[in-house]
Amino acid sequence: MSSDFEPILMRNVGVAKAADLQVYEARGGYQGIRKALQMSPEELIDEVKKANLRGRGGAGFPAGMKWSFLPKERKVTYLCVNADESEPPTFNNRVLMESDPHQLLEGIMIAGYATRATVAYIYMRGEFTEPFHILQRALNQAYAAGYFGKKILGSDFSMECYIHRGAGAYVCGEETGLIESLEGKRGWPRIKPPFPAVAGLFAKPTVVNNVETLCCLPHIVLRGAAWFTAIGPQGSFGPKLFCVSGPVNRPGCFEESMNITVKDLIYGSKFAQGMIGNKAVKGVFPGGLSMGVLTGDELEMRMDFDSPRKFGLLGLGTAALVVFNEDTDIRDVLLNVTRFYAMESCGQCTQCREGTGWMYKIAQRISLGAGRREDLDILVETTRNMGMMPGLSICGLPDGAAFPIRTLVEKFRAEFEQHIVRQEPGKVERVLRVLN
Amino acid sequence: MEVTKPAGCTCEEATEEELLARLDEVLTEYRAKPGALIPVLQMAQGLFGYLPEVALKRVALGLNKSFSEVAGVVSFYSFFSTIPRGQHVVRVCLGTACYVRGGKRVLDTIKQKLKIDVGETTADHLFTLEVTRCFGACGLAPAIMIDSDVHHRVKPNRIESVLGKYRSEVVVAERSA
Repeated sequence: MSSDFEPILMRNVGVAKAADLQVYEARGGYQGIRKALQMSPEELIDEVKKANLRGRGGAGFPAGMKWSFLPKERKVTYLCVNADESEPPTFNNRVLMESDPHQLLEGIMIAGYATRATVAYIYMRGEFTEPFHILQRALNQAYAAGYFGKKILGSDFSMECYIHRGAGAYVCGEETGLIESLEGKRGWPRIKPPFPAVAGLFAKPTVVNNVETLCCLPHIVLRGAAWFTAIGPQGSFGPKLFCVSGPVNRPGCFEESMNITVKDLIYGSKFAQGMIGNKAVKGVFPGGLSMGVLTGDELEMRMDFDSPRKFGLLGLGTAALVVFNEDTDIRDVLLNVTRFYAMESCGQCTQCREGTGWMYKIAQRISLGAGRREDLDILVETTRNMGMMPGLSICGLPDGAAFPIRTLVEKFRAEFEQHIVRQEPGKVERVLRVLN
Repeated sequence: MEVTKPAGCTCEEATEEELLARLDEVLTEYRAKPGALIPVLQMAQGLFGYLPEVALKRVALGLNKSFSEVAGVVSFYSFFSTIPRGQHVVRVCLGTACYVRGGKRVLDTIKQKLKIDVGETTADHLFTLEVTRCFGACGLAPAIMIDSDVHHRVKPNRIESVLGKYRSEVVVAERSA
């Protein structure tokens, strides 16, 4: 990969005291909001639409379009910042908040101005202690310098900003789950419509945007939509953060255009630098767990919004890769994945609550060496009968459970069957007696 | 080391009445604010170390909510606990990245060292062991979190020294008391 890519969102990573307001300003910070305030909110939305900025939270929905769903006549608008980064194994928002908090705050101001928001709530997951303190400190600095509050920078635009700390639930990353949680309830996703743009937080028009999406805004405003669309392949414009974890030589968070392939991210010298001990890649979850799995033969996949579908995956997701090597027992991977969704299903929709629970039970048996061939069929069938795609659930969590489990079983079926063939006779009956 | 005080006890431990009085102050401040329940519960847990029934009832009354609504929210979120916990909460990440890099072995070693299972508290009320979902330290897996400190690249043979730091803190605190 010819990589002359200049970091944009991560340009301040590694810069000394980049979390300080003065350092951020000295490096060109808070110029985006100054320029944005010269534009009308409508012009700003048009610019973001032209840039075709697609949401970085997972679904890839165009941010400008999301904003334009807000009703024309409205008194109050809320902006919720989704910093509940819960998708395993994703940490790009963590990196952005820890190393360059003012970039996020500037993005929040621009999005707030474009949507005429009155209050911005940053919903940060409870486990983020360090990022919370860094961001809170940055927010205090920004308030003191007049970037938040009344009549920002002498304009007519006023906005308050608060950080809310989550209490630990994966489903709160879903935008209506997040809104419910902010209201002080269980994070149960809402039936849509009405969409948050019409009736969101406290039943008022609300926009929910991801941290990385917002971090793109200062750069789009300063450099223009044409600059943004010159980066990356058609339909997947702009810089993107990719996290790589698992048994690789250099795990971490890297910034590139979405032209990059999974293979480059794992083996590239600027990226993860190959596998520890030169082990072969058995599989990769390329977009966080929920998008599904690739085998070691599918590493040519390009990490853009549209390519993952061609490999049977749900989408790009959070673009966080977790690699596992040839020594990994595929039954362990299945167990780990099923366990996560069984724990995190919020319990509202029957198919999700029961489906994830039963798939975990089946995975437990398989990993104990008591799998049956029909179990593999049951797993696949269960995944086809849950989620928003067959129209059976309120939110996308069960789709996110279905894809990794189904792709694991389908793509590694031969290996599961080998384990089942090698099991000692009578084990299935014995384990069933114990587990049931 | 003799520890005879009840769970979550620090040396200048307040009585339940004092803690409830402090909770009342929080409730007065937050009563009129929409969406106050979760921040209030977080602060209540900060005061008591966990969420005893008496605190939940006080919160329900103070925010004019039913007890069942409050209890429902508490049981929904993994950070809330209705049972007393040790002075330090050890959370082992079993997210996929940590899992494929030996998170399970780390968990087993901690279980062995502390002689407790997941969800339990040591007899001296020093440590509670929990398993957590991925908290985004995947680049430095396997990771564990003790209270709010994240420990990276934890190997089974390093666990004793990591835990030891928290053991000695108590010794120091007791000596200085």
